Amino acid sequence: MDIRSQISMVFHLDKCIGCHTCSIACKNIWTDRKGTEYMWWNNVETKPGTGFPTRWEDQDKYKGGWEVVKGELELRSTNKTKTITNIFHNPNMPTLDDYYEPWTYKYKDLFDSPEGDDQPTARPISMVTGEEMDIEAGPNWDDDLAGSPIYAENDINLDGLSEEQREQMFAIERLMMFYFPRICNHCLNPSCVASCPSGALYKRGEDGIVLLDQEECRAWRSCIPACPYKKTYFNWNTGKSEKCILCFPRVETGQAPACFHSCVGRIRYLGVLLYDAKKIEETAKFPDEELVDAQREMILDPFDENVIREAKKNGIADSTIEAAQKSPVYKFVKEWGLALPPHIEYRTLPMLFYVPPMLPVMSAQEGDSVRNVNEEFFPDFDKARAPIKYLAKMFGGGNESHLRYVLKKQSAIRAYRRAETVGDIEKIDADKALLEADCTAAEAEGIYQLTSLCTFEDRFVIPAAHREEAIEMMKDPLEHKQETGFGFRDEPERGW
Amino acid sequence: MNMLQNYLDTFFFALFPYVTLFAFFVITIQRYRSKSFTYSSLSSQFLENRQHFWGLVPFHYGIIAVLTAHFVWFLVPGTVLWWNSIPARLYVMEIAMFIFGLMTLVGLINIVSRRKTNVRARIVTSPADWWVLGILTFQVITGILTAYFHRWGSSWFAASLAPYLWSVFKLSPDLSYVSAMPITIKLHVVGAFSIILLFPYTRLVHILVLPNPYLWRKPQLVRWNWNRRKIRTPNASFKAKNNN
Repeated sequence: MDIRSQISMVFHLDKCIGCHTCSIACKNIWTDRKGTEYMWWNNVETKPGTGFPTRWEDQDKYKGGWEVVKGELELRSTNKTKTITNIFHNPNMPTLDDYYEPWTYKYKDLFDSPEGDDQPTARPISMVTGEEMDIEAGPNWDDDLAGSPIYAENDINLDGLSEEQREQMFAIERLMMFYFPRICNHCLNPSCVASCPSGALYKRGEDGIVLLDQEECRAWRSCIPACPYKKTYFNWNTGKSEKCILCFPRVETGQAPACFHSCVGRIRYLGVLLYDAKKIEETAKFPDEELVDAQREMILDPFDENVIREAKKNGIADSTIEAAQKSPVYKFVKEWGLALPPHIEYRTLPMLFYVPPMLPVMSAQEGDSVRNVNEEFFPDFDKARAPIKYLAKMFGGGNESHLRYVLKKQSAIRAYRRAETVGDIEKIDADKALLEADCTAAEAEGIYQLTSLCTFEDRFVIPAAHREEAIEMMKDPLEHKQETGFGFRDEPERGW
Repeated sequence: MNMLQNYLDTFFFALFPYVTLFAFFVITIQRYRSKSFTYSSLSSQFLENRQHFWGLVPFHYGIIAVLTAHFVWFLVPGTVLWWNSIPARLYVMEIAMFIFGLMTLVGLINIVSRRKTNVRARIVTSPADWWVLGILTFQVITGILTAYFHRWGSSWFAASLAPYLWSVFKLSPDLSYVSAMPITIKLHVVGAFSIILLFPYTRLVHILVLPNPYLWRKPQLVRWNWNRRKIRTPNASFKAKNNN
């Protein structure tokens, strides 16, 4: 065993209200510089929809992630030979038009225009070229199913759904959507890292955050197609790629990343998972349907004495082990089995997990009246508005059983709480629902607490970074203390 | 006239090479040490993807082939003369190199027109980039003219230019080899040293950071800012960028 610690995340999709506060918090801190205007390290998508960049899930186009070829894991976009032959022109490279051309407005015209018969207008100008432009797309123009015939119906996850299922999804009275906030998944088997010719991308050993060394990036562009989630971005101004850094300066000082901190719906959870790094390669090779289970298998029980002993042997701090025991992510992913990885079939082993949304049909229009169509309080999930197959494509590697399990448990907990507080469901029925959903009353209570009544401290369990010990490896700490200064002070100017 | 030519020859073939080589070595290294952030290929493919292909691909494959040939001619002139002793082999090499030269020129023309006509590509084109494109175009054109009008270059290169270049590297430049050369060839030689002079100040430095380690490294990289296992082991040495 080679136990490592990973800062991992859970997003609870039932709680996301699609307000984009996370995106704005991130943008204001990290990506309002020249060359980064179009980047959204954190973005919120509406599903069904084509997302940002457009149709990022279409790996036939972008060639992101890994595939198993003759029993070996291989990147879809590149390999050692292709790195050399494609270095002058990367055939899978998305361009600015696949994202959108960022713009601002000529506000000054509102004040400076000569007097005339018409109101002056602030015309849009490109933040890339500075020229006037016609706005054609934005990073979230499919928001709330806007332009569904273009956006929602081109969602790649709809492939394989029957005509009937598609019609069901877009029938006006049953229309369904949910929000899908995305950041870098800080994968265990990151394809961006494996594709980088310069070795600029790396995973931090002590907490698993995936970073991109700005001094070593040489703009060979491999990471951009290689990341199947399109979460590495090219800064066209500096000629360097950039990506979500999980606000590591905040995490190291015990603060939640900005997108987590600002989340209005409190959908985000952050905590440590301990995992066995020896198993990464074999896990990533499992068949699509078994990947979710295989990844869970890698995640270790932080209460197990053997695991604790091995973790200590590997130099993991006691405070980190303690954080792993309190980790809300561990509970959602491993204990309760409620949180699932996004598109695990890309085989990067993402460490951001989603609690899939419940979208039951509560009522339907019949003639002039709308009435409840279900005998039971929470209906059969095969009649739910979001076809299980659709959700399974996003969160189960195509395996529907995980989705059934999660949705069943979620509805059982709702029934259980309703029996407790409202009382229009019989206690015995609620208990039966729990039993069928593989859930005890205590567990249901725990899930309820962490879902509905969670405090800041419940949601974010951040281990101490112990950076004070880092210097011990290189020199005498007392000697170092007299030498500390400001470090790297070069301006991030574009090279010559 | 002869006096002037002597002065010019002395300047361009005995002095200028050392100025350029000095700048090349000192400034390239200094830039890498103090401003490594500026070492980048500065790709603009993200902004424009179609013309990019028709410019960058022929240019790079062309120039790599032609440059490699020049290096071989310079390093092992004897072998080149032996190869050329059979005319068929000489023709194959000369024609192949001529085609690569034309490819380079076509690529360059596409690159220049892309950077001129595409607004987004123009935005990220600096004055230094125009200098590079200008001198490269000059160099490729004089090269193609030389190949066409002064055949067979690979043979006389071995006999006269290779010895001159070697004499430069041996710190005793022998001008007798070059002073009698036609003007096209002289311009080509001066162009080559000018490129070396521009090298440390422009995007040309990306040639030096070719990603060769990728060919033999493991796919995944992990860097430890600190590793308690290693702190506690007194004999273990530690490097800040420890990959495992």
